[in-house]
Parts: sequence; structure tokens; C-alpha cells
Amino acid sequence: MPNQKKFIVSHAPFWHNGSNLSERSYHIMLAAVPAALFGVVQFGMPALGVLSLAISSAILWELAFNRVSRMPDSIGDGNAALIGLLLGMTLPATAPWWFVVVGTFVAIVVGKQIYGGIGGNPFNPVAVALAVLMLSWYKYLDVDVALINYSFDFPALYPMAAIKHFGPASVDSFTAADLLMGRQTGAIGATFGLGLILGGAYLMLRGFIRWEISLAFLAGVLITSGAFAANDPARFANPAIHLFSGYTLIGAFFLATDDSSSPTNFVPMLLYGLLGGVMTVLIRNIGAYVDGVILAILIINTINPLLDKIRPKALGKVA
Amino acid sequence: MKRSFFGLAKPRFAYDSPDSVLTPERIPTPKKATIYYNRPYRRTDALLIKPGDAVKTGQKLSVYADDPGYAISPVTGAVAYVSAYQGDFGAACTAIHFDVAETEEIDDAFARAAGEATLETLKDYLAHIPGNPPLEALGEDFHPRAIVINAMDPDLLVLTNQQVARRNAALLTKGVSILKSIAHGAPVVVAMPKSLSRAAGGIGGASGAEARLIDDAYPAGLPVFVLKEVLGEVVPAGKTPLDIGVAVFTAEAVAGIAKAFETKQIPVTKTLTLIKKDLSQTMVEARIGTPLKDIFAICGVTLEDRDRIIIGGPMTGATIYSDEYPVGPDTDAVMAQDSGDVSLVSDQPCTNCGECVRICPANIAVNMLVRFCEARQYETAADEYDLRSCVECGLCTFVCPSRIPIFQYLRLAKYELNRLEEEMDKTAVEAETSAEETEETAEGTDA
Ligand code: SF4
Ligand code: SF4
Repeated sequence: MPNQKKFIVSHAPFWHNGSNLSERSYHIMLAAVPAALFGVVQFGMPALGVLSLAISSAILWELAFNRVSRMPDSIGDGNAALIGLLLGMTLPATAPWWFVVVGTFVAIVVGKQIYGGIGGNPFNPVAVALAVLMLSWYKYLDVDVALINYSFDFPALYPMAAIKHFGPASVDSFTAADLLMGRQTGAIGATFGLGLILGGAYLMLRGFIRWEISLAFLAGVLITSGAFAANDPARFANPAIHLFSGYTLIGAFFLATDDSSSPTNFVPMLLYGLLGGVMTVLIRNIGAYVDGVILAILIINTINPLLDKIRPKALGKVA
Repeated sequence: MKRSFFGLAKPRFAYDSPDSVLTPERIPTPKKATIYYNRPYRRTDALLIKPGDAVKTGQKLSVYADDPGYAISPVTGAVAYVSAYQGDFGAACTAIHFDVAETEEIDDAFARAAGEATLETLKDYLAHIPGNPPLEALGEDFHPRAIVINAMDPDLLVLTNQQVARRNAALLTKGVSILKSIAHGAPVVVAMPKSLSRAAGGIGGASGAEARLIDDAYPAGLPVFVLKEVLGEVVPAGKTPLDIGVAVFTAEAVAGIAKAFETKQIPVTKTLTLIKKDLSQTMVEARIGTPLKDIFAICGVTLEDRDRIIIGGPMTGATIYSDEYPVGPDTDAVMAQDSGDVSLVSDQPCTNCGECVRICPANIAVNMLVRFCEARQYETAADEYDLRSCVECGLCTFVCPSRIPIFQYLRLAKYELNRLEEEMDKTAVEAETSAEETEETAEGTDA
């Protein structure tokens, strides 16, 4: 037909709420900034170096994998940068460069890309990387060893390790306010509790993470550590320590909530979070590891597909 | 239509429902008209219509000799040509094109038959009136548990049925009596938006229909949810309302039935909502068969390359590629969308973010379902992930940050599944007949 106009043919719906993947990644990174920045202030240039290297190497690993596997470049969705940032935040400021680069390799390639990239990973890539690093070169993750040359105006003990080795009395000097304000040692992005909480609250309110998971995780930590402490306060630390130090907050808001490896239905989200919190404290209090968050997250990742089968009956479903 | 700042809150879409009559723009009878008859086009001797055949307005046209169905000529003039038309998913139709004559003549067959409103007369003449009453699907005897008259418009921004109901309360009342009489007194419920509540008393009330107000948040106006509200019962997944004994008529169809018997003419003028690029609405009355470009021209809608023309509303409509497309008996809305507003899909994978799961009004695990549909495992999708429960609201796709065309996958999956099942039925029947034949031959040899 002459002068026939060309109209776009496509499928309903013809509106979209405007959300996209990069927006999600960038908002999560934004929410992590207060805690990360605090880490840089507290631990100085080395911390900035670790964070920058983690982000840039994660992006490069992703790009390299895209090229090698001849898949379209996916660094635009911001997920690689986010993984890099989060991994950087869970490392001590003194982590050597190769340690960081190996970490991001494991996170991006082993943790995510071999499963087909974003959305395919059954485990949180950051948790996978940390677990591998922990098993292979624990000494670089040992906060007390790592920060030996720093001097702070507060006890330079890693609360998690102190409890394990010297009992809860050794951390009596930490008040909840200290912990929240970052007056503790730890990984770069894990010490500033208040910053993490603010970031998490922002993400929950904006709907970028699922509040059910984060709050259930914290509730799990609170209840379990409370029960332990009530039973035997001489052996077990109080809930404030468990909630506000180690990887608890970063785990609850930034790791357990990874889209791909967590459930989407309401009840499963609550169970998943709760179980993560409970496992965290069990590992800390009776297991061999100093911090239980990473292992706990890997465990709940494993049962996620099973949990997510608990869902409401579909409309009009017969039998 | 952007995501609200607090993404925690589910987006809430309110249906538009102005509490006043909007005067419709009347489109003059077109010079050329087209109707789509919903049987596949066959160029055989069975085709009874030839170019040059004279037709009158409202004339019944038998299209194929071996097919009891019929089409209604919306205009007076002559058949120009007959061709094939492919709708969505390859739904094959026979397109009948007419050249319209200067003076209009009304066919009188219906006037002669329209003395009494019987089920037979309705089935014989009114199956293709504006609003598409489900008459073809009714059997010889019509004993429904209930009749639901829907004065709701399922999609957003569409006002057609509520406006028809608002303007034609008396006709609706009369239509209710007709339906009641052919349905052996089955109860009739009129579902309508809240804004019609003041007018509700007048609609159907006199003839003993119950009025029910429906919530104004999308997707409460989709037939499934209207029935759930009205009957307190959910149509089982994969079944139609008729399967559970409920006949659903649009308000426009009911008003049309009443009007037919009042004027002794088959209605051929469709009411529709034109949604312009700025999302403002104009009510339009156009002859069935009118090409959309006539409507655009008269209502001042200019379309450029890369714009979209949508039949239906923004959530569930379907795009067409030509503005020659005609108004049909079920064209409740036409939406023009500017190329700048066209939302594009991407090839990013599902990240399992769960937005779709949380918004799905049918409680479907859309994140899982979409995986199986993408992988073309339609049977698993249906058996384990509730494909058939999908009410086709489009909300999942609206919120998906990966911009996956989920809704399209689901519609395609349903279509493919139906085809699979039809094929399986066919093979089963064939197997049976051949088994019988073998038996017969066996018996034959015995004897
Ligand atoms: S279109 Fe999507 S949101 Fe709507 S019922 Fe179907 S699966 Fe659920
Ligand atoms: S909204 Fe899209 S990306 Fe998110 S779970 Fe559903 S299909 Fe996957």
C-alpha cells in the first residue's frame, strides 16, 4: 500500500512502571555507600583501595566472561559492580590485591556466570566467594590479624573473635551505641551498624529488597541469641553484639536478599530469613567458625527452592 | 504511570469512571467497510459470497455453504471482495469488504422475525451485534444458573460499557426482561462501577435484576473477578463462565438486544472509547466496519511512523499494523500511543526479583511459570505452575524490571497448549474410530 505508515506492533501491556535492572543495582549500591564510606574513613586509603579494586575487577571479570562465552555484555545492569562493592565491604582493609581479585573471580565467574549469569545463581555470589576465601586463606580474613597495625580509640578486638576465644566478658566494654556508630573493628563495610540499617531501611521502603527477608533474619538472630544469653550469660554474648557486629547487618540487608537465591513468596521469605538468623547464631555460639552469617546464607540459599514451593493456591485451581 | 516512590506499596490503578454522560462523537457511515467473519478463509465453491453481491444494512450473510454461522452486513452497498485475514496467534478469519452505497436500505428479515423475543430469534439474528453477546455458544435450551450483565469495562481508561449503561437505563431494563424470559427466569445481576450507583436503581431494577457495585481498582473489572464478586465463586482455571452455567453479557450487548426488538432493526453502530495520545478519552459511535483512520481523522488523532495503534486498553489490548483496521462488534476501545511512550521489552533474563509474584492477582508463581513458558514446556507450566489460572491482567509484565514480555509468553503458552490438546483429542478420536473399524472388520470376518 502506498504511503502506509509503519506502526509498532508489540504485545500488551503497553505501559511499564519504568523499573529496570540497573536501577535496582544502583540503588542497592547507593544504600551501601554510608557504610562503605565510613569504612574508608576508619581504615584509610587501604580500604578505598580494596573497594575500588573489588568493584573494578568484578566488572572486568564479568566483561571477560561475557566476551569469552560470546554473550551480550551485561555489565550495564550494574550487578557486577554491586557484587564487587559488597565483596569489598566484607573484606578487611588490609586484604592483599590478589586476594581481592581472586575473590571477585570466584564471585562473578563461579558464583554467578557459570549458572548463566544474573538470575541463575542458586547461591549468593558474594557469600560463595567469601566462603572460598575463608576456607583457602583464612588469615587474610582474620580481622584481628589484619588490623594489627592499626590503632583505634576503642578496643581493637574483633568482637566476633573475642567472644569465641575469650568469652562474652571480653566484649562487655562494647555498648550497642558503640557498635552502631562503628566503634568496633571488622570488615571495611561491616562496622558502621547505623549506616547499614539506614541503607537497609531505604531499600526496604523503596521495595528494592524484600523487607520480609531482612526483618525475619534479624528476628532470627535476636531470638536465638537472646535465648542463648538468657540461659547462660557467662558463655554467650548478648543479642546486641550478635545483631550489630560481624556480618549480621550486611548479611541481613545486602546478602540474604539477593534476588536470585532467595524466595519470592511471603511465608517462604519469612522462614528463609528466620532460619538464616537462627543458623547464624547457632554457628557462632556452638560451631567452630568465628562468624556464622556467610555459612548460614549459603545454607538458606540451598533450601530456598524447596521453601519457595510453599505458596498460596492459585486462583480457580481445582484440587 | 511510573513506579511509586515507595515501592513497598503495590501500585493501585483506579479505573476511570466519570460520573456523567460523555456525548459521543458520531462518525459518518464510511465509503468502504470491512468485517471479519471468524472462520478461516477458503477459496472454494463453498464460499457463497461474491464480489458485486448487493447487500442491505442488517442483512444476514451466509458465508460458507457448509457452515451454519452467519455474518451481518453493517452497510448497504455491494461486496467488493473477500480475503483472508490473520488475527492474533494466526487466528484465521474471512474478511469481507464492502463498497458502501449512497442511500441506505434496511434489510427487513429481522423485522419480520422480531415479533417475539425468543432464544431462536436472538441466536438467528443478533449474535454479531455490538458488544458481542455469547449467543453462538448457547445451546438450543438456555437454562443458566445466573446471567451477569457487565457494565464494567475490564481494561483501564475504557468507558464503553459504563457509558452505554448510563445512557440507556431503559433499554437495559428491557434487555433484562428479554434475557430473563429466554432463560426461564434465571436470576440476573448487573455489575457496575461505583460511579453508576446513583443510576443503578434505574438500570434493570424494574425488571428484577440485582445491581452490584464493583471495586474500582484494576483488575476488579476483569470478568473472572466480576464473577467472583457477584457469585462468590471462582470460575475454575481453564473453564469458561458458561461451563459453570453462568452467561455473561456486556451492557452494550444487552442494550443492543433490547434496541433490536424496539426498532425492529439489527443494531450496527458500535460505541467505543477512543484513548488519545495524551490519555484523554472520547466516546465514539461508529458503524461496524468503519476503518479506524476515519475515526482518527474526525477526532483529530495524528499518527506517525513508529506510533502504536492498540485495540483495547493499555493493559490487555492488542496492536495492529494498519489504520485500515475496521471497528468490530467487540472493539470496545482504540488507543493511540505516541512512539515516545512505547515501552520496549528487553532480552534480559529473569532475576527472580519476585515483583511479578507479589502483584499477580491470581496467586501465580510467575517467576517459575515464565521459565517454563520460555523453555516451551507448556504442559509442566500448566500442570505445576498454574498457567491456566492466569486471568491475563498484564500486571506482572507491567512491573518486571527485566522487562520480560511475560504476558506474551503466557498467552502464547495457552494458545500452544490448546492446540496441543486439540491435536491430542483428534488423535484419540481417530484412534477410537480406527479401533472400531478394526472391530467391525473383525466381526465381518467372523460372520
Ligand atoms: S497476567 Fe501475570 S499478573 Fe496477571 S494473572 Fe496472569 S500471571 Fe498473574
Ligand atoms: S518481575 Fe520479571 S525479573 Fe522479577 S521475578 Fe518476575 S519475571 Fe523475573
